[in-house]
Amino acid sequence: MSDTTDTGPVLAADGTPLKRSLRRALRAQKLRALALIAPLLIFVLVAFIAPIADMLFRSVENQIVGNTIPMTVEELRDWDGQDVPDEQVFRAMYFDLFLASEAKEHTKLGSRLNYEESGVSSLFRTTGRDVDDMGEVFQEAFEEISPEFEEAQFWYDTMSGGAGAEGNERLMSNQIGRLEQLEASNFSGDAGFVPGAAISDILPNTARAYAAFAAFTHFVDEDVVAEEEPWEAVYAALALDLEDPGTAAALAAYDGPGAELLRQAAAADLPPVEMKAAFIESNKDWNRIEYWEVIHTYSPPYTTGYFLNAVDMEKTTEGIALRSEDERIYGILFKRTMFMSLVITFSCIALGYPIAWILANLPARTANLLMILVLLPFWTSLLVRTSAWKVMLQQQGVINDTLVWLGLVADESRLVMINNQFGTIVAMTHILLPFMILPMYSVMQTIPPSYLRAAKSLGATNWTAFWRVYFPQSVPGIGAGSILVFILAIGYYITPEIVGGTTGTFISNRIAYHISSSLNWGLAAALGSILLAVVLILYWAYDKIVGIDNVKLGG
Amino acid sequence: MSAMTLTPIEKKPLSFALPVIGAAGGFAGLFVGTAHGSGLMGVVIGAVALMALGFVALQVLGLDMEKPVRWGILALFTVAGVLLAGVPGFVLGVLFGWFFSWFIYWIGEGRYRANLAPYLTGGQVLWHYAFRVICGAIFIFLITPILVVMPLSFNAENFFTFTPEMLRFDPDGYSLKHYRDFFTSSGWQQALANSLAIAPVATLLSVSFGTLAAIGLSSEHVPFRRAIMAILISPMIVPLIISAAGMYFFYSRIGLQGTYFGVVLAHAALGIPFVIITVTATLVGFDRSLTRAAANMGADPVTTFFRVQMPLILPGVISGGLFAFITSFDEVVVVLFVGSANQQTLPWRMFTGLREQISPTILAVATILVVISIILLATLEMLRRRSERLRGMSPG
Repeated sequence: MSDTTDTGPVLAADGTPLKRSLRRALRAQKLRALALIAPLLIFVLVAFIAPIADMLFRSVENQIVGNTIPMTVEELRDWDGQDVPDEQVFRAMYFDLFLASEAKEHTKLGSRLNYEESGVSSLFRTTGRDVDDMGEVFQEAFEEISPEFEEAQFWYDTMSGGAGAEGNERLMSNQIGRLEQLEASNFSGDAGFVPGAAISDILPNTARAYAAFAAFTHFVDEDVVAEEEPWEAVYAALALDLEDPGTAAALAAYDGPGAELLRQAAAADLPPVEMKAAFIESNKDWNRIEYWEVIHTYSPPYTTGYFLNAVDMEKTTEGIALRSEDERIYGILFKRTMFMSLVITFSCIALGYPIAWILANLPARTANLLMILVLLPFWTSLLVRTSAWKVMLQQQGVINDTLVWLGLVADESRLVMINNQFGTIVAMTHILLPFMILPMYSVMQTIPPSYLRAAKSLGATNWTAFWRVYFPQSVPGIGAGSILVFILAIGYYITPEIVGGTTGTFISNRIAYHISSSLNWGLAAALGSILLAVVLILYWAYDKIVGIDNVKLGG
Repeated sequence: MSAMTLTPIEKKPLSFALPVIGAAGGFAGLFVGTAHGSGLMGVVIGAVALMALGFVALQVLGLDMEKPVRWGILALFTVAGVLLAGVPGFVLGVLFGWFFSWFIYWIGEGRYRANLAPYLTGGQVLWHYAFRVICGAIFIFLITPILVVMPLSFNAENFFTFTPEMLRFDPDGYSLKHYRDFFTSSGWQQALANSLAIAPVATLLSVSFGTLAAIGLSSEHVPFRRAIMAILISPMIVPLIISAAGMYFFYSRIGLQGTYFGVVLAHAALGIPFVIITVTATLVGFDRSLTRAAANMGADPVTTFFRVQMPLILPGVISGGLFAFITSFDEVVVVLFVGSANQQTLPWRMFTGLREQISPTILAVATILVVISIILLATLEMLRRRSERLRGMSPG
């Protein structure tokens, strides 16, 4: 480069410096290559990487608590965990639970928290049924004061502050936003109701409860707000507002619609609002501090709870601890998955090595013929091979029948070879064996047979020649095959599901169970993330040892 | 092999040949014996009978009579087989008779050394053949499950095992009813139709995107090549259950879960690594000066691609497509989660069949699938050879 400074830059044919025009050509090439790759890259990112990312996200996501009972979460933030929370928290819980039970979301929250502490599910279910009755007390009291409290139109007028009154848009959009979170959907347009600014200052709880009712009626029930009698919770909220001595004074100065009746109600003798007592009467477990601890612990939007659960730990008041002995299942399952995958890998090495050796050392014509015996199982549908093993291993299956026919096994003591670890190991060894043989074969093909002959002619015994000369050269093949088989084995689902019974199943079967049966998606995602991490580490090792570009696909 | 002519084939002394033949006879006799109640009797009778046969064949009659003696042994075993176990015994008798008639001369005349180096010791010869027997056993392990399925699919009964009628080769023991069931049952036909509706579209998607990207990747100036490669290969590395879980979560978020399009998308993603790997491997041997020559003669990039590059890499593209097709056609975990009952594919139905109501129709389907995979395997092998010929490599 330095000598160009003397003579000036080298120029291309069109007069631009050669360096620049080369760089431009290179950039054009780069862009063209990227343009060719881009569609596929985007496709894979959307169809595959995004789902994986979503799974990782779900393993820590915990928004259901905050979405279902947001006010309770807010009230519980400063709870010291010493005693059962006070009336204030129970009131928040009442309004949260009322809306949630109208939306039928409270049972979901119940089952979510039930993963952490059993019993929470029934707590939410029973009380969810009782929230109507708790509010009915107040509804009846108000209707006694005046039958007008029964009328939908009266409520609508009162809460909207009458035609042309200044509206409290923020309160309404807050409630719509909250409902959107609860229902996990998007609502567009307005609810046909806006609470009056003045009345929502005087009766904040009532305005909030009525706004929630209005949003729900309009968007979920798709009814007209002005034609529906409000929920019991709205009456309870009104009673709560009227308990405040300041409310009566504020009402005295208010002259919007319904003011007269409200003043009358404020002066009347209403039943006291005692939500804590009502909750405990509905289900005495509300008095148990453990349940409140669970709600408190799992109220943040993100949690490590699923991961702790996946490694048999739990959050307690004293911090993170191992679960009690009889509740530890995932540790055993992970260990079993590892152990069985290792056994399968070693069986594959033991069975694959001689085959790879003989294929690499026979004349090409014979080797190609024998290769078919390896490739045919490789190409045959996984389910065909799994069903074949079911046929072979059953108690009334081919192997047992043959053994009985030969008299080696008595008819009444047929071997149990399926629905246990043995069945899984045999079937999976067979299924994964080609993945071991093929990489070993391609490595062994490159080892010159003259090395062995040279070793022997120098006086090595058969064993020494093999162990000191041939084997070390074949190790890369063993390594490649082993990692491949191990990666495939620890994520297997179909075969263990069919021939594994209860003792031969893998962690993947548990993941599938949590997705489709127990519906504990968070735990499934956490287990999946751990498995994914293990596989990625192995993949990285594979890339270091073999190089990902060197993956060969059967011949 | 030069060793063939060098190695002397000489008659072995009877003191060596007879015990070996006797041991083999005893081993075979053990199984016949246990099947009939007494293993020990079987061993003794087998050993004595084989030694006697060996003595007669090798010593009394000699090499001149080899042909007739071998036929005689075959006939003897066949008759014994029929007497002991009827029709299945006939088959076993023929097999055993053929084996021993060959074995006696192979040992007795020293023919086993014919293909080996002359300097090998006895132990090395023994190991050589023992190793072959071990390999044979492993090959049997590999292929037996697949072979067993085929005859069982013609079972006349609804059993998953061989019935006595089948073992007697009684025509009544066999029937095509499971195949009839497969071709007439609307459930299976719907599953087949679904598989055939999903797999080709998924293959088309992954082949078209995958080939383009592979061409891009084979250029020397791709930035972040390793990272891109890792992302594109990842669907093959990530365990299926994790892909299935992630896709289930994500696709239900965006409303694709339970739709035909969702399954196609998922399967296309799973097939892409295979296309990428095979096509990039083919492109390694592609001579870039050909495209430059085409451009030199005035062809635009599209023409160059379809007239010059495509025909040369076509074998790679097709075999990548076959891999992608079989991936989708075989796939069950992802479709189980991403699909709904309307997308039930053939493997899905087999899976539920195996788990719940066990019907031998599954074996008929399995046999059909084995036949299909044999056809695919043959196609792939042909393509490989063609590709190597085109690229000037010797088929090996």
